[in-house]
Amino acid sequence: MTQNIKFIQGNEVCVEASLYAGLDFYAGYPITPSTEIAEHLAKKLPQLNGTFIQMEDEIASICAVIGASLTGHKAMTATSGPGFSLMQEGLGYAIMAEIPCVIVDVQRGGPSTGLPTNVSQGDVFQAQWGTHGDHAIIAMTASNHQDLFEITVDAFNLAETYRTPVILLMDEVIGHMRERVFIPKSGELPLVERLKTSFKSGEDYHPYLPREDGRLPMSDFGSIHRYNVTGLAHDMWGFPSNNPAIVSGLMHHLIDKINNNVHEISRYKEYYMDDASIVLISYGCSARSARHVVENRRKRGEKLGMIELQTLWPFPVHLIRNRCADARYIVVVEQNMGQLVHLVKMNAPRPDKVFLCNRIDGVFISPTDIRNVLRVIQGRGV
Amino acid sequence: MSIKQFIRERFFPHIWCQGCGHGIVLNAMLQAIASLGISKNEIVMVSGIGCSARISGYVDFHTLHTLHGRALAFATGVKMSLPELNVIVPMGDGDALAIGGNHFIHAARRNIDMTAIVMNNRIYGMTGGQFSPLTGYGMKATTAPYKNIDHDFDTVELSKAAGASYVARTTTYHVKQLTEMIKDAILHEGFSVVEVLSQCPTNFGRRNKMGGAIEMMESYKSLTTPIGSKAKQENPDLIERGVFVQKELPEYCSEYRSIIEKINKGT
Repeated sequence: MTQNIKFIQGNEVCVEASLYAGLDFYAGYPITPSTEIAEHLAKKLPQLNGTFIQMEDEIASICAVIGASLTGHKAMTATSGPGFSLMQEGLGYAIMAEIPCVIVDVQRGGPSTGLPTNVSQGDVFQAQWGTHGDHAIIAMTASNHQDLFEITVDAFNLAETYRTPVILLMDEVIGHMRERVFIPKSGELPLVERLKTSFKSGEDYHPYLPREDGRLPMSDFGSIHRYNVTGLAHDMWGFPSNNPAIVSGLMHHLIDKINNNVHEISRYKEYYMDDASIVLISYGCSARSARHVVENRRKRGEKLGMIELQTLWPFPVHLIRNRCADARYIVVVEQNMGQLVHLVKMNAPRPDKVFLCNRIDGVFISPTDIRNVLRVIQGRGV
Repeated sequence: MSIKQFIRERFFPHIWCQGCGHGIVLNAMLQAIASLGISKNEIVMVSGIGCSARISGYVDFHTLHTLHGRALAFATGVKMSLPELNVIVPMGDGDALAIGGNHFIHAARRNIDMTAIVMNNRIYGMTGGQFSPLTGYGMKATTAPYKNIDHDFDTVELSKAAGASYVARTTTYHVKQLTEMIKDAILHEGFSVVEVLSQCPTNFGRRNKMGGAIEMMESYKSLTTPIGSKAKQENPDLIERGVFVQKELPEYCSEYRSIIEKINKGT
């Protein structure tokens, strides 16, 4: 049996996985460290009869993606922090109008232009709260190329399932690092296709009337149902409304469809958690160093465990509450001034025992950095 | 063919003030579409934010009411995905040329096949009368209470320079000409711009002592002249009406399609 094995950058893994998931429209604007995604898709999409377009900026990119998605295509854009800031307006639109799409943010140091070629995980909160107004969001991440492939496919599946934009939070290390990846065969990973309305021509189709299970069957632009799509609060026809009952119903629908399905949306991995007294919680590239420390300490008989989060938003509250109940210490390893650590503290049984291990200087956090923090916590000095 | 079939009566009454020119533009646009006999399912109307942008809600096409200034970017995604659709983008002056200026010039540069109708009432009407890039030097607005010191764009010159392959201008007074221009623009394969001077008596005319809607429309008769007329030579301040550009240039979606055909040949 031959296997399709590649040794490629994370950005290219994202490309391979998005095509596997059915991507056929990409709009983007060049920005380090995400540019390779655009470059590879510029070559591959036309070969597959798909569409690639380089837009005039990131605002236009996400808008074009939304327009393409409405015609029934799986659509994606990719960027980094500064471009992600510009995309917040369109992201909010996609949330409000319930347009499935995937937005990749290969994180670099910020704020502002920051550190274009260096790693950071500074956009975790921006992914959730970057766009204005109350809303729920799905944000995914991965720490190695094999996982990245599956998580990218997942991102497309979740976007279609919940009719919402999904953010894939990569980082500079994962994006640029080369690593072995097995490309799954067609059919090996499940794919979610768009739920289309069964209403026939002439029947009164309500594009924004959720079914009992909260899902909204779509009708493609250009096909038999003509309806209105807007970023304004809207009724079941998609027509603007400021009727309090309608607005309230819409807001609850938009937030509940994601937050009531945290269990279905949460992806994570855990290592040695059954008897762990010290738990490392990490994600993305930081989880690589955390995992290294855990494996080494286990060999020495120390009871370290680890949870690697792959779904960051909606935050898996249940996971922290249930799996960390017996932990003596929790150490959150992330490359920012402490973002996810706040969520862990809010939900851990003993917030005073939750510590941050971080780096914010653009240098990839090393196992030594984590070991030093563990020594301090354990009262053994540095 | 009656234009009533294109209206979503369920969503009326509309939000426009008495005397607003935008209803005239809507009428002309629907007359143009009716005379072309395009199926309703083949039209996508994409609009941004503002009084003009509300047009999309009232018509029975595939309608996409987007973000302020971004309509052409959304429309680009729709058109590139399904090039056989007719994409029409009604825009306001601020929507098209202030917040959306970048998208406007780049859509024109690509020569992507869509029809931008710039409904120029020289003011931000929906927010109550702030100056736009087309208000003009010396005029008054709530954010220019003494006088406006911002110089205005010339929509036609800007569109020409940016590469639009069809550029026309008229007014709500010249409604037959407007209908013909919108027809031409929809049929034209490439990026088309139709600028329509459209009166806003509530927030522009009143503040600038231009009278009501009737006086403003009459002024369109006296302040404009056909392209190249003798009157223009005698009075350079007159605004020219007519088709300024109409040329065959490679269209963006066709160009992309030809790349796909070329690279996939023989594979």
